[in-house]
Amino acid sequence: MKPFGEAGHLLRVALVYALGVALFLIVRAILVPHSFGEFGYYRGRAIAQVAALPMHFAGHQACRSCHADVVALKRSGVHAGLHCEACHGPQAAHVANPAAVRPVLPRVATLCIRCHAYNPARPHSFPQIVVKQHDPGGLACNTCHQPHSPLQGFGKKT
Amino acid sequence: MNITRRHLLLLFPAAAMSWESLQAGAPEQAPNYQMYKHWWGMLLDISKCIGCGNCVRACAAENNVPEGYFRTWVERYRVRDEDMPYPQVDSPDGGMHGFPALPAEPGVKEFFVPKMCNHCADSPCTQVCPVGATFITPDGVVLVDKEYCLGCRYCVQACPYGCRFFNPSTRTADKCTLCYHRITKGLTTACCEACPTGARQLADLKNPNDPIHAFMRTHSVQVLKPYLATGAKDFYYDLDGAVR
Repeated sequence: MKPFGEAGHLLRVALVYALGVALFLIVRAILVPHSFGEFGYYRGRAIAQVAALPMHFAGHQACRSCHADVVALKRSGVHAGLHCEACHGPQAAHVANPAAVRPVLPRVATLCIRCHAYNPARPHSFPQIVVKQHDPGGLACNTCHQPHSPLQGFGKKT
Repeated sequence: MNITRRHLLLLFPAAAMSWESLQAGAPEQAPNYQMYKHWWGMLLDISKCIGCGNCVRACAAENNVPEGYFRTWVERYRVRDEDMPYPQVDSPDGGMHGFPALPAEPGVKEFFVPKMCNHCADSPCTQVCPVGATFITPDGVVLVDKEYCLGCRYCVQACPYGCRFFNPSTRTADKCTLCYHRITKGLTTACCEACPTGARQLADLKNPNDPIHAFMRTHSVQVLKPYLATGAKDFYYDLDGAVR
């Protein structure tokens, strides 16, 4: 007498099916990353990986602790809204190691006209110069202008 | 030293004060960052953009963007009054080195439009990814999982704003991360950090104290291609109808 009577062949099919399902689940557990589905249909750990990328811009909050005098000068003039790294470039390495990594001073010849050369596409209220008229002698901008407070000494708002 | 109950009680307010100042002064550290408390977007003020290209250079430096590819770029629009639907648009090197001035013409207006990923709430690019390698985070930033990306480029085709590219060095899709490695530490993005006029401002829409709420209440603000219902979160002020 067979234990399941005539249903033995059904049991064998069910067994093969169950083995298939088990195999699928095992392979899936190996292949699918652990954090997949943590927040949605993606690898949750990817968020932390992107968040851990290195920074190159230190952020304007970092400058004041050492350069309070320049920050104060800048704040008194028309360049108050500019962050230091807008002109000085990314300085995270300098902030991390101020003695070893010395920032290179920006070249005023290219720096100033990048923003202040006349361009009809610029907003009309933005201060612009026609370089050949404003500076026919080819002087460096910081001969007359203090870059951190460019209208200082010109009788207007510093 | 013996601390009596009286002294301990006196210490509490001092400790609370110093904790407050610590929180206010130091940038938020990543472990304290709570994703569900933020919903990031960007405010772009076209009336302030001077086309200097600082944002493009800053983005390339911060994120090692390969030469010739852009996570953010600036376009110059030249719109003829009688031909407004067909503007001339140029963006030499993504605006990275600025824009050589074109002669001003009567009846032609020019302006700059900074462009970047819109970090859409219902983004087409994440919907087409076959493997779940691109997604929107709980704080509203569309990211690419570079370990999971196959490089099939469906997302590059799907983005209606042209904000994605195929990075030839990593062989994966690449795009603006909204400087996720910075904003989760309480800093602003590299492009906002470098923008000299404040034409770009990072905005946290879930933060009731964020200045964007006052700005949006008092100004007419638009998103690009609103008819696509992508839930774009780059809000443009002073956007001309000619802009695509």
